[in-house]
Amino acid sequence: MKNPYLPLPMKLVKNFTETEDKLIHTFTLQYLSEEDEKSFPYMPGQFAELCVFGKGEAPFGIASSPSEPGFLKFSVAKVGVVSTALHLMEEGTMIGVRGPLGNYYPVEEFKGKNVVIIGGGFAFTTLRSLATYMLEPERRGDYGNITVIYGARNPGLLLYKEELAAWEQNPNINLITTIDSAVDGWNGRVGFIPAVTEEVAPSSENTYAIVCGPPVMIKFTMPVLEKLGFPAERIIMSLENRMKCGIGMCGRCNVGGKYVCKDGPVFTRAQLNELPAEY
Amino acid sequence: MIISKKDIPGFLDKLISEYQVFAPVQEGSYTLFKSITSGTDAVLTADNTKLPAKEIFFPQSEKLFNYNVTETGAKLETDIDDRKKVIFGVRPCDARSLVLLDNVFNNDKFQDPYYLTRRANTIMVGIGCNTPASTCFCTSVKGGPFDTTGLDLLLIDTGDAFVVEVVSDKGKALAKQAGFAAASDNDKSAAAKAKEAAKVTCQVNIDGLKDKLDINFYAPIWDKIHEKCLGCGACTYLCPTCHCFDIVDDAVDCNGCRVRNWDSCAFPIFTLHGSGHNPRTSNKERYRNRIMHKFKYFVDNFGEIACVGCGRCIKNCPVNMDIRVVLDDVRGSEARLDS
Ligand SMILES: Cc1cc2nc3c(=O)[nH]c(=O)nc-3n(C[C@H](O)[C@H](O)[C@H](O)COP(=O)(O)OP(=O)(O)OC[C@H]3O[C@@H](n4cnc5c(N)ncnc54)[C@H](O)[C@@H]3O)c2cc1C
Ligand code: SF4
Ligand code: SF4
Ligand code: FES
Repeated sequence: MKNPYLPLPMKLVKNFTETEDKLIHTFTLQYLSEEDEKSFPYMPGQFAELCVFGKGEAPFGIASSPSEPGFLKFSVAKVGVVSTALHLMEEGTMIGVRGPLGNYYPVEEFKGKNVVIIGGGFAFTTLRSLATYMLEPERRGDYGNITVIYGARNPGLLLYKEELAAWEQNPNINLITTIDSAVDGWNGRVGFIPAVTEEVAPSSENTYAIVCGPPVMIKFTMPVLEKLGFPAERIIMSLENRMKCGIGMCGRCNVGGKYVCKDGPVFTRAQLNELPAEY
Repeated sequence: MIISKKDIPGFLDKLISEYQVFAPVQEGSYTLFKSITSGTDAVLTADNTKLPAKEIFFPQSEKLFNYNVTETGAKLETDIDDRKKVIFGVRPCDARSLVLLDNVFNNDKFQDPYYLTRRANTIMVGIGCNTPASTCFCTSVKGGPFDTTGLDLLLIDTGDAFVVEVVSDKGKALAKQAGFAAASDNDKSAAAKAKEAAKVTCQVNIDGLKDKLDINFYAPIWDKIHEKCLGCGACTYLCPTCHCFDIVDDAVDCNGCRVRNWDSCAFPIFTLHGSGHNPRTSNKERYRNRIMHKFKYFVDNFGEIACVGCGRCIKNCPVNMDIRVVLDDVRGSEARLDS
């Protein structure tokens, strides 16, 4: 019987300050052996419990893609005990990783379809994983157009700036970035994500929309997607209920009878419509 | 088969030499399951134990593993309890609760080795309830005072002796090993009479309850029903089917252990997000979750109600919330589908 509570020790090789406000750090973790890497087969959309030994564990979406071997990446906002301890960690220290946990974005269903990825703020982590995965040269042909709409309050709060710059130049992906209000030197759009989505989103025909972001962004983006004709079955979301065990036992992450950790975190809008709005 | 009451301590002593034996023992004004070292410690005359037998398999606080972290790796040490155990004197409702919990700790994706190893290595010897308490409503939720679900042996009190009913192969082997005497026809009819005479007086009508819960999440009834509840969580800590827990570290400078502790859906921080947002903001949402979990979600997921009618939550609530009344009110409530 595999013990689902035991973390895999990994080495923190990079603790990178991702945003200008310094509240988000991106952590690169390296496997200690090839065997360890084999024991962690994951897909975009899955998450893991990161553990700072001596402080505890907390769940974070996996920001790296399975197409990037050798390491795992997480981007973590500083909000409490574990996340603060992570931010303070020195490169070279051991971190525990328990996972991969949860389900993943339905990449099989996306085949032959267009995909529009809509992300707000720092909830761009698993979306980055997804985009990177689909952009893999041997996989890119499986999908139609890939559009990414990504917004933050200001340019300094966007994650993965170097990568965004590369996507700007990449003909295989259509990237639209937006910020809330204009600043000097900004070449992207200005405006809230729902409005920008309404303007630039591709036709809903044969297209999946994947949406992650703060509750208020989700709230105002949903009606826009509906207006654009996206059926609830083709709107994909990822929930972030508070979690502990990650394996459907500790009882805290439920939305109705579904455990977000085990049955999610990825749900279609149609599935969520069947559940009480406890998220 | 039959065992005379005066032979029980000797029987238990024999078991103790081979198994870790748990039985109800007196603790002040109530009884609790404890690991016993002498057969005479077992108290089999009292009402059901204050706390259910659940904690033998899923302790209130339990170490998951020790760790020792260095610059090159981390050494993790688990100590999974695989000692052979006998639980002696468990009541049918509590035995049934473990069968329900098995669904949780052995779900469609993950297995909990701590709980499951203990379950696999344990023999459950139950005692039927000749005199159910006024708060018992097991018969309303698929149980009964002599129900054998989750048991290996069932003992039926016939006055000076217990008639032994074999339920499972494990029970059969234990009975054989113990060398119980054969029960006479008289003994058998005494046992049948005891069963007949035991009356669970309280019935809760759950007809249509699930159908109602399927549609009444947003009904006004939930605004009222929780009002008395203090959110103390006592009911959840005493309930044999509640399984919520938290996981914390107990460590100084990276050499320590990870521990899991019982937690409760009655507490506000249980679901508080890192962002400060809380999906179950008030007592209303939390109390509703307790009822929904036991009488709808668990049924949706595992086909069973997650309440065995033991009555502990009724007996121990500081403000006398009575789940039987709550269920009646909910069942009678007007459904409203919209939010
Ligand atoms: C599937 C999933 C994926 C996620 N992915 C990501 C991700 O990619 N990146 C990311 O940053 N987050 C992510 N999260 C959120 C992340 O899990 C939480 O931010 C994290 O659990 C916080 O843990 P913590 O120990 O730092 O906070 P805790 O210490 O547990 O704090 C939790 C709550 O307590 C409050 N709190 C903490 N300290 C105090 C105090 N002293 N007084 C009062 N209140 C306090 C906090 O405000 C917060 O509301 C994800 C969550 C889920 C479920
Ligand atoms: S014991 Fe009573 S007051 Fe306490 S949480 Fe349960 S119902 Fe509420
Ligand atoms: S809800 Fe109350 S009556 Fe039902 S099993 Fe739990 S403690 Fe017993
Ligand atoms: S995190 Fe424990 S049940 Fe989902």
